[in-house]
Amino acid sequence: MATKEQLLDMYRQMVLIRRFEERAGQLYGMGQIGGFCHLYIGQEAVVVGMQAELKRGDSIITGYRDHGHMLACGIDAKAVMAELTGRAAGISGGKGGSMHMFSVEHGFFGGHGIVAAQVPLGAGLGFAHKYRNDGHIAVTYFGDGAANQGQVYESFNMAELWKLPVIFIIENNQYAMGTSVNRASAEDQLYRRGESFRVPGLQVDGMDVLAVRGAAKLAVEWVRGGNGPLLLEMKTYRYRGHSMSDPAKYRSREEVQAMRDKSDPIEGLKKEIIEAGHADEAALKAIDREVRDIVAESADFALEAPEPALSELHTDVLLGTY
Amino acid sequence: MPQILLPAMSPTMEEGTLAKWLVAVGDVVKPGDVIAEIETDKATMELEADDGGTVTALLVAAGTEGVKVGTPIITIAGEDEAQAPAPTPAPTRQPAPVPAPAQTAQAEPVEARAVTAPELATGPTRRQTVREALRDAMAEEMRADQTVFVMGEEVAEYQGAYKVTQGLLDEFGGGRVIDTPITEYGFAGLGAGAAMGGLKPIVEFMTFNFAMQAIDHIINSAAKTLYMSGGQMRCPIVFRGPNGAASRVGAQHSQNYGPWYASVPGLIVIAPYSADDAKGLLKAAIRSPDPVVFLENELLYGQSFDVPEGDHVVPIGKARIVREGTDVTLVSYSIGVGVALAAAETLAADGISAEVVDLRTLRPLDRATVLASLKKTNRMVVVEEGWPTCSIASEIIAIAMTEGFDDLDAPVLRVTNADVPLPYAANLEKAALVKADDVVTAARSVCYR
Repeated sequence: MATKEQLLDMYRQMVLIRRFEERAGQLYGMGQIGGFCHLYIGQEAVVVGMQAELKRGDSIITGYRDHGHMLACGIDAKAVMAELTGRAAGISGGKGGSMHMFSVEHGFFGGHGIVAAQVPLGAGLGFAHKYRNDGHIAVTYFGDGAANQGQVYESFNMAELWKLPVIFIIENNQYAMGTSVNRASAEDQLYRRGESFRVPGLQVDGMDVLAVRGAAKLAVEWVRGGNGPLLLEMKTYRYRGHSMSDPAKYRSREEVQAMRDKSDPIEGLKKEIIEAGHADEAALKAIDREVRDIVAESADFALEAPEPALSELHTDVLLGTY
Repeated sequence: MPQILLPAMSPTMEEGTLAKWLVAVGDVVKPGDVIAEIETDKATMELEADDGGTVTALLVAAGTEGVKVGTPIITIAGEDEAQAPAPTPAPTRQPAPVPAPAQTAQAEPVEARAVTAPELATGPTRRQTVREALRDAMAEEMRADQTVFVMGEEVAEYQGAYKVTQGLLDEFGGGRVIDTPITEYGFAGLGAGAAMGGLKPIVEFMTFNFAMQAIDHIINSAAKTLYMSGGQMRCPIVFRGPNGAASRVGAQHSQNYGPWYASVPGLIVIAPYSADDAKGLLKAAIRSPDPVVFLENELLYGQSFDVPEGDHVVPIGKARIVREGTDVTLVSYSIGVGVALAAAETLAADGISAEVVDLRTLRPLDRATVLASLKKTNRMVVVEEGWPTCSIASEIIAIAMTEGFDDLDAPVLRVTNADVPLPYAANLEKAALVKADDVVTAARSVCYR
């Protein structure tokens, strides 16, 4: 059972991601964020519930929809927002952008723009933990679209063969860009996708942060116990488009609204907290205000921070001098 | 009396060691019986009898090295041919005589084999093949650094598809010498992830042709991460394996990826010729904090060179003058250096003094050495075992044009493979591959002779 502090912390983190992403969407609309920008709104429970069961020293890796993962890893919102606006103070010095953010210090290994490339990379992070025998694990997030890439299965095979400490998480938000799972996947029960590699899979309600946390606890124990990899399919939903330029023709407004009304992860947890008597509306509103301030501050910072110096163009290509 | 000739047991096999006879004179063999163990440059293999009969003579003694492909090694009389057994020859370390070359279509690289680099290292050296030098480089670095490991197809129990990792499993165990499934994209990505996680992987591709399945991880994951992370995240990994044309293996197994990888910022690309450079540069590559593509050449694996003893490390990014000259500069890398050296030898007989520059590293390219040699000779020919278009030769020509224009007394020429997928037919393959004769012609032409 989660304690009051844990519940409030998960609430705070989910609200932080939601408000951060809303603000990022606004800055994109104002032309302050360029290129691709993939928002995590609706999926907050997945990363927040998972992160609750991880330890410092574990490795996290994901694809391009990565802002939420960064915040859940405890990375400063200012550094993330400033990366989105392409400023020197951004976590990648403005050289990565929305899809390419990393923090070795926080065990966050990106931030990868090629669909599913993070899956073998994540298996490799797990390999490194096993090689060093340091007791840590790797958590590899990818989407339902990525789940159809061949390298995912190459990774499942090696991870199980070598009993690597990796949790594979399919964030099934039901649409790969505009293609629904049913239109792209012969086996649409994605938690079964590891079966031919003997990778056990579980399907989890990814809109319920406590369900995610429960699955995370089980998965972490399994993987940390040296049993090899585990696959979690998180059934979730993104409220926004795939990226900022999404025609929204592939699903109905009603479908999205119904999800928001019935399954919103933040509203769901809020209800649980109030019903359990851990906090009242006013206390939660105080958290909301605190988060709004953090996000507003990050946006101001990201707009005021200077762009990278032109001299940075040629730095960080190689580490060595040859 | 049917004789069995030593067969070619791999595409590049020219000779083998008759490791062991499993039959003796007078034995009756059935079709399919194993009669001998033959050791090639790649593996020890069993030789089977095609037809049954009685062994009447062993023509080559067990333990004989350097038996040329096509040499008669045993006679087996059919059931109706009763023959008196012939005596078994005494063991010898001398190469067996060659009745006739079985492979008539060896291309220029073979000719180049006779030529060794004249630049000999000072201090004690020992004669080693490129294959042995590469293995020693890995073994030494693995002894020195526990985070270094090697993974790839057949690197462990099989001892390396080309024997480059021979013996490593025994010394370092299965935790550090890791056989992978046939899954290039997957294990290249897994290796890159392990590098990001703090290890120093050596990922062997059985050949770089197969690395095309993995090129996304080499470029998008390994090469770009440092930059995209603003200098935070390293990916110290070596991708290595044979590159370029081997012998008669057709278009899909015969391609030089040097120009592909050399065009990518964030990668180090190395393509050595000699065993001493192979060793010294592989050690440097493993120590490098950056991702390295290390391009070997199957036809060079068996060639021997003098390799300095001790901790021999060659700096990345430095070309080497392998032959000094004054009239024309021949620039090359990898197996092309042998072609250039053979051409230089021919040119010397004609009174043309050619300087041969081995680039050794393709990225970062040692422009200074190329330009200094051009300044000295004022004429340049680039020799490349690869396609001409968008090649390393193209790059050298661009450098000469933009930075050495005033030193040029003639246009820079390039001598490369033909601009076609590599054909299988012996004569066509030979015609397609870069040749010393063409280098000689080009060099004469830029010298106006």
